Amino acid sequence: MTGYILKRLLSAVPVLLGITVIVFLIMAMIPGDPATAILGSYATPENVEKLNRDLGLDKPLVQQYFIWLGNMLQGDFGTSFALNRPVIDEVLERFNATLVLAGTAFVLCSLFGVAAGVISAANQYGWADKAITFVVLLGISIPSFFLGMMMILFFAVNLRLFPVSGMWPIYGARDLSALASHLALPAIALAVVATGVIARLARSAMLEVLRQDFIRTARAKGVPERGVIWRHALKAAMVSIIPILGIQAGFVLSGAVYIEIVFQWPGVGRMLVDAILKRDILLVQGGVVFVAACYVLFNIAVDVAQSLLDPRIKT
Amino acid sequence: MIPFLKLLARNRLALAGGIVLSVVIALALVTPLLPLADPDVTDTANRFKRPFSDGALLGTDHLGRDLLSRLLWGTRLSLAVGFAAAVIAATLGAAIGIIAGFYGGRTDNVIMRGVDMLMAFPYILLALAIVAALGPGLLNALIAVAAVNVPFFARNIRGITVGIAHKEFVDAARLAGLSNARIILTEVLPNVVPVIVIAMSTTIGWMILETAGLSFLGLGSQPPQADLGSMLGEARSALITNPHTSIVPGVMILIIVMSINLLGDGVRDALDPRLKSGALSRPMAATLVNRAKPAPQAEDKGLLEVQALETQFHVKDRIYRAVGGVSLHVEKGECLGIIGESGSGKSVTALSVMGLVASPPGVITGGAVRYDGDDLIGAPYRRLREMRGRNVAYIFQDPLATLHPLYRVGDQLIEAISAHRPVGKAEGRAKAIELLQAVRIPNPEKRITDYPHEMSGGMRQRVGIAMALANDPDIIIADEPTTALDVTVQAQILSLLDDLRRSRGLAIVFITHDFGVVAQLCDRVAVMYAGRIVEEGRTADILDTPRHPYTARLMACVPELGGGKRRLEAIPGLPPVVDRLPAGCAFADRCDKANEACRQGDIPLERDGAQAVRCLFPERPPREVAS
Repeated sequence: MTGYILKRLLSAVPVLLGITVIVFLIMAMIPGDPATAILGSYATPENVEKLNRDLGLDKPLVQQYFIWLGNMLQGDFGTSFALNRPVIDEVLERFNATLVLAGTAFVLCSLFGVAAGVISAANQYGWADKAITFVVLLGISIPSFFLGMMMILFFAVNLRLFPVSGMWPIYGARDLSALASHLALPAIALAVVATGVIARLARSAMLEVLRQDFIRTARAKGVPERGVIWRHALKAAMVSIIPILGIQAGFVLSGAVYIEIVFQWPGVGRMLVDAILKRDILLVQGGVVFVAACYVLFNIAVDVAQSLLDPRIKT
Repeated sequence: MIPFLKLLARNRLALAGGIVLSVVIALALVTPLLPLADPDVTDTANRFKRPFSDGALLGTDHLGRDLLSRLLWGTRLSLAVGFAAAVIAATLGAAIGIIAGFYGGRTDNVIMRGVDMLMAFPYILLALAIVAALGPGLLNALIAVAAVNVPFFARNIRGITVGIAHKEFVDAARLAGLSNARIILTEVLPNVVPVIVIAMSTTIGWMILETAGLSFLGLGSQPPQADLGSMLGEARSALITNPHTSIVPGVMILIIVMSINLLGDGVRDALDPRLKSGALSRPMAATLVNRAKPAPQAEDKGLLEVQALETQFHVKDRIYRAVGGVSLHVEKGECLGIIGESGSGKSVTALSVMGLVASPPGVITGGAVRYDGDDLIGAPYRRLREMRGRNVAYIFQDPLATLHPLYRVGDQLIEAISAHRPVGKAEGRAKAIELLQAVRIPNPEKRITDYPHEMSGGMRQRVGIAMALANDPDIIIADEPTTALDVTVQAQILSLLDDLRRSRGLAIVFITHDFGVVAQLCDRVAVMYAGRIVEEGRTADILDTPRHPYTARLMACVPELGGGKRRLEAIPGLPPVVDRLPAGCAFADRCDKANEACRQGDIPLERDGAQAVRCLFPERPPREVAS
């Protein structure tokens, strides 16, 4: 198993390098002179030239890339000019908040999505199936930012059940219950779409499995129907559901951008949007590379989970 | 095209989605012609007017602009951007996918590596990076959304193209000297278009959402121009005081995306043949029972008695009579063979006993199955469940498919026991080892931790038998248990079953298409054809003098060792399709003795001593011929 994990980690290296190349190339597409973009059109030519030198932009593109990559490998993602603070510090701090939000949403969408899919498949064409199918359709069609706004309006403003926005109360203790009440609405709003997608795919994966011969064997043994569905069928269906969970984790992680804006959540998504509007290129670069790299590592964890579930995968 | 549209129209949800979407698109198209207020003219004196107020049907926004007008213009913009992004992504993605799939080799490798890299990004993050580089703006948002969707199309289309690139008609075109470009355009492209359409119909909703999302973040359309996303984004600051300015564009996005999703699902279902046939319905826990007539009276024959059993498959408007009135019985300790070609209804008969026929489409429509005198057809699921495996156990054909691939065989054995009585961990393990010993698996202590894929076919079938033995059942129904195995293993399994029967007093119902197996194992045999028993009797009698022409022909199909130059006779023709059974004898069309009488009316199963036959002109026993 350790060998397998090492092998997967090793195979992630070219993907991670590819990610840095893509991000670097995208940033190199920036029209005009980045230094002018940073300093504004009133900057003196001397200042522009100095900044270009400081950023290493006077060197050839390939050299620029390797300098940038080398610095990143040493944990130096550069300095955000707008915040005047090392990019990595800002990203790490913001990423924590995003992780709390996206992690909670991911747990929610995995649990409810799979459960809804299983119940839907087990009662195919029954009322539960129809109800779930309808709710799922609604869930995957509603923009998460609109849903978040409506949830604020209803649950926070009208019913006053939850705070309107933010991660912590402005006054008062920063304890778990304060976090939970702030987290509830954004986490649910973020989870809804992914829940719908997972439920749909889990339903069809279950239908596929329920027709297999080993399900008939389980029934012929006299296994109660609940065991047939939740143990035999679900375990086999998980083989195709787990990769979907991995993909949806990416959607949840990046979909957090909208939710962080709507709920004023101090996460990395909101940081990125602010940085884009302020043309804070190094912060955007660093943030995107960092989050993408985390996602690649997460996907390795998904593969490992898959190999633990399915003994037929050669480890 | 027409059948496709018909199929689509039959799907009511898709139709509803299509209609709503058409209305929205039509509104967007005629927006410039409608007598609307200018969407960009501000009138701060009339800001935040409520919906349904004078001069503003949907009210006004924070700058006093008419919301209805802005909504329609915004819808127009959002739809245009979403569709454009979808078309660009589909075109580029399809081009990349076709090139990678068609040329293969290194081209494919390089392209797909790049695609994989792009797909390693969390989706929206990549779009954000692109917008960050190009700068905010609707066109840039469009490019970003299209770009992040290209890999998805490329990968899908590549998969399909690889399949097509090796088809005969492509080879033929190559041999005819057509250029690659020509082949791609005339042979490959027409075949991938349906896939492109499916992929587009399932992603276009996403693209509209994503462009709206970027605009919502302030990275898409810039004021005063507004699409639905930026309307929502601008309205956000007034969410609490004037929610209508948020609700109006938000609901519109919801309506558009939902109708596209409904329509997209319909398109996918209509184009995907696998879903079209309705094959994806799950079998329920027990076969449906719908008996028109009351169950026949008990006759108290044997331990298990099947009386006039009728099982049908209802597929759409067709009714397949898989089992058309079969009566059988098996005594304690007896082995009954059921023999017939595939499709003769022998397996369906066997599965009907414990309600294991897949349903839908299976329905038991008549007869009775009596275990110890009690009718099990229509018995509550709980009673069936309690009996399955404990009183009547099954062994199935292909042990690789019938054992759960992800559980250790030991755990599957223990589960067979624990389904019927609580069993502790140590006891379960001991019992599992004992069962594997009983079916002569060497090293059972080690084997219980094996997964099915780690065993050989013969070993797996032994596990299947061990599982059937787990609760000491009275009857084992073995549905072609040796068909998937090679001949030497087959013989071992047969002798194992025979030994178990004798040592445990098991009754066995053995289903096969092989007379050799019947001769070796069975006391009695029933021959099935087209869902009915055509002959039944003691194995020795039937082997000696088959009386139904079908039985005789079936036996003539079996090669005999040392049989010399005897010609192996195949039976001409095919068994009748069971949704259109002929009147009279179902075998008449393949029988050389058949005449008019055979094709009229039902022919009863006539009993003559120990042997029964369903034929007007049975072959006569040799001694009768001699006298």
